[in-house]
Amino acid sequence: MSTTTEAPQVKETTKTVDFKTIIDIKDMDLYYGTYHALKKVNLTIPEKAVTAFIGPSGCGKSTLLRTLNRMNDMIPNTRIEGLVDIAGTDIYSNEVDVETLRKKVGMVFQQANPFPKSIYDNVAYGPRLHGIKNKAQLDEIVEQSLKQAALWNEVKDFLKRSAFSLSGGQQQRLCIARALAVNPEILLMDEATSALDPISTLKIEELTQELKNKYTIVMVTHNMHQAARISDQTVFFLNGEVVEFDQTDKLFSNPSDKRTEDYITGRFG
Amino acid sequence: MNQQPPKSSARLDLTKGKTSIADKIMPVLLFLCASVSVLTTIGIVYTLLSETISFFRIVPIQEFFGSLKWSPLINPKSFGIWPLLSGTMLITIIAIIVAVPIGLASAIYLSEYASRRVRKIVKPILEVLAGVPTIVYGYFALTFITPIVRSIFPDTGVFNALSAGIVVGIMIIPMISSLSEDAMSAVPDSLRNGAYALGATRFEVATKIVVPAALSGIIASFVLAFSRAIGETMIVTVAAGSTPNLTANPLESIQTMTAYIVQVSMGDIPHGSVEYGTIFAVGMTLFVITLVLNMLAQYVSKRFREEY
Ligand SMILES: Nc1ncnc2c1ncn2[C@@H]1O[C@H](COP(=O)(O)OP(=O)(O)OP(=O)(O)O)[C@@H](O)[C@H]1O
Ligand SMILES: [Mg+2]
Repeated sequence: MSTTTEAPQVKETTKTVDFKTIIDIKDMDLYYGTYHALKKVNLTIPEKAVTAFIGPSGCGKSTLLRTLNRMNDMIPNTRIEGLVDIAGTDIYSNEVDVETLRKKVGMVFQQANPFPKSIYDNVAYGPRLHGIKNKAQLDEIVEQSLKQAALWNEVKDFLKRSAFSLSGGQQQRLCIARALAVNPEILLMDEATSALDPISTLKIEELTQELKNKYTIVMVTHNMHQAARISDQTVFFLNGEVVEFDQTDKLFSNPSDKRTEDYITGRFG
Repeated sequence: MNQQPPKSSARLDLTKGKTSIADKIMPVLLFLCASVSVLTTIGIVYTLLSETISFFRIVPIQEFFGSLKWSPLINPKSFGIWPLLSGTMLITIIAIIVAVPIGLASAIYLSEYASRRVRKIVKPILEVLAGVPTIVYGYFALTFITPIVRSIFPDTGVFNALSAGIVVGIMIIPMISSLSEDAMSAVPDSLRNGAYALGATRFEVATKIVVPAALSGIIASFVLAFSRAIGETMIVTVAAGSTPNLTANPLESIQTMTAYIVQVSMGDIPHGSVEYGTIFAVGMTLFVITLVLNMLAQYVSKRFREEY
C-alpha cells in the first residue's frame, strides 16, 4: 500500500502557551527481568497541560506511565535506573513514601475498574483511606469530584446505587472522579477512552480540557487524532525509546525525526 | 434501482453429522447419578424423622428441651439435650476462636503477600493437613495439647473441652484458608490496582478491597468449617471425654452430640428401645442445626455478595 493518511489536525490554541516543567526524567532505563523495556529516556512534562504518549503497541508507553506513580513496583523483577523527578523530588529515592506519591499522582486505567461498592463509596474510598471521616466533608468531596468528572448531574439522585449500574463511559468518569477525590497534582490516563463509544470518548476529551486548568495530565493514546485534538505536548515512542517530544502542533506539523514523520503519516509498519 | 445480485453458489451442510444416541443416553445417565445423592438425602431424613417421632412418643418433647440433665442410660433416666448441645457449642466456639483468625490471616497472606513460589509450596501442605485422619488429630489432642493445657491450668482433667476444641480448630484451618484464598484470588487485579493507585497500602488493599469483594466466598468457607466442627466426632470422642455436662468451662470434661452417638452405637443397646431412639433424636437435632446453619450461610453470603 502506498497511500498515506494525512497528518492529524491540530487545534490552534496550544501554540503560544508557556509551561513550567513538573516532571523531569533523566537517562532512565527500565528492565523487566532481562528485558530492556525503556532505554535512556529523557523527557520533560509541562505542568497544567495535557501530554500525550503515542507510539506502536509494545513500545513502552504504559511502562513509562507506570513509572510515574511507581505502579511498576508491583511487578516482580522490575529494575529502574536513572532519575524520575516530580516537582523537585526524586520519586525513587528512599525517603519517598510510595502511598503519598500515588495520592499525588492519580491514575485512570484502560478498563474502568470501579470497586464493587456504591457510587458514593467509590469516590469516598480514597479520602477515607487517607483519614477523612467527617460525613459532611466527604459529601462535599464526593460532590466536587463528581462535578469535576462531569458525572454529577447524571448520578446525583442515586449515589447509593452500585457503581456497576452505570454505563461504561459513566464508569470511566466515575474512576476519574475517584482519582480526583484524593486531590492529586497529576493525573495519568492509560488509554482511558479506548474501550468507550465515541460520545463517551468526546465527553472525557472535553473533560481533560477542563481538568488541565487544575491538574497535569499525562495520557497514553492509540489514537493520534485524539492526541492532536487534546494534547499540548506529544511524546513519540518506538521500541522503548523516546524518539521525539515536542509541542503537539509542532510535532504533528513539522516532526524533526524521520521515524516520527513516518508514524504520524501512517507509513509505519 | 439496483439489480438483484445473483445468489451465491456456496452451500452449508447443516445436517446432523454424529450419531445422537450418546446425546440421548447421557442426560439420563447424568440424571441417575444426580438422583443418588438426592435419594440418599431423602432416605436419611426419612429414617431420622420416623425414628425421632417414635422416640418422642415415649419421651415428651418438653422433657427433651426442658430438662437440664442427660442420662438416658443410667437410672434415674433423664433426657435433656442441653448438656450435649452445650458440649457441641463449647467445642465449636473454641474451634472458631482458633480457626477463623488463623485461617483468614493465612488466606490473606497466601493471596496478597506470598510470592508465587511460597504459595506453590504452602498450599499443598495445607491440603495435606486437611487430609489427616481425624483419629490422628484426636490423639494429637490427647497426648500433645492436653499436657500443655494441664501445665498451664493444673486443675484440668485428662479429658477436657479445651484441648479437643483447639485441635478441631486446627483441623478446620486448612478448610477456611484454602477456600477463602480461592475466593480472594478470584478478585480481579484491576480492583487491587485501582486501590493501589489511590495510595492504599498492601494491607489496606487486602482488608478494604479484597476481603469485602470475596466476602461471600469467605463466609461460605466459615460456615462449611463450622458445620465440620459441629459434626466432628473422633477428636471429641478421644480427647473431650464422655461426660454430658452443662458447663461453659472449657477445662472440664464434656460430651458432644456426636460423641454420644458413637458411645451409644458401640454399646449393646437393643433395637427399638428408648436408648436406641436417643441416637436418632440427637442425630435429628444435629441435622437441623447444620441445616439452619447452611441456610443462614446462603442468606448471609447473598446479602454480602459484591459483584465484580
Ligand atoms: N509485567 C511485564 N513483564 C514483562 N514484560 C512486560 C511487562 N509489561 C510489559 N512488558 C513488556 O514491555 C514492553 C512495553 O510494554 P508496554 O505495556 O509499556 O507497552 P505499550 O506501549 O503500553 O503497548 P500498548 O500500546 O499495546 O499498550 C512490551 O514489550 C511488553 O511485552
Ligand atoms: Mg499500554
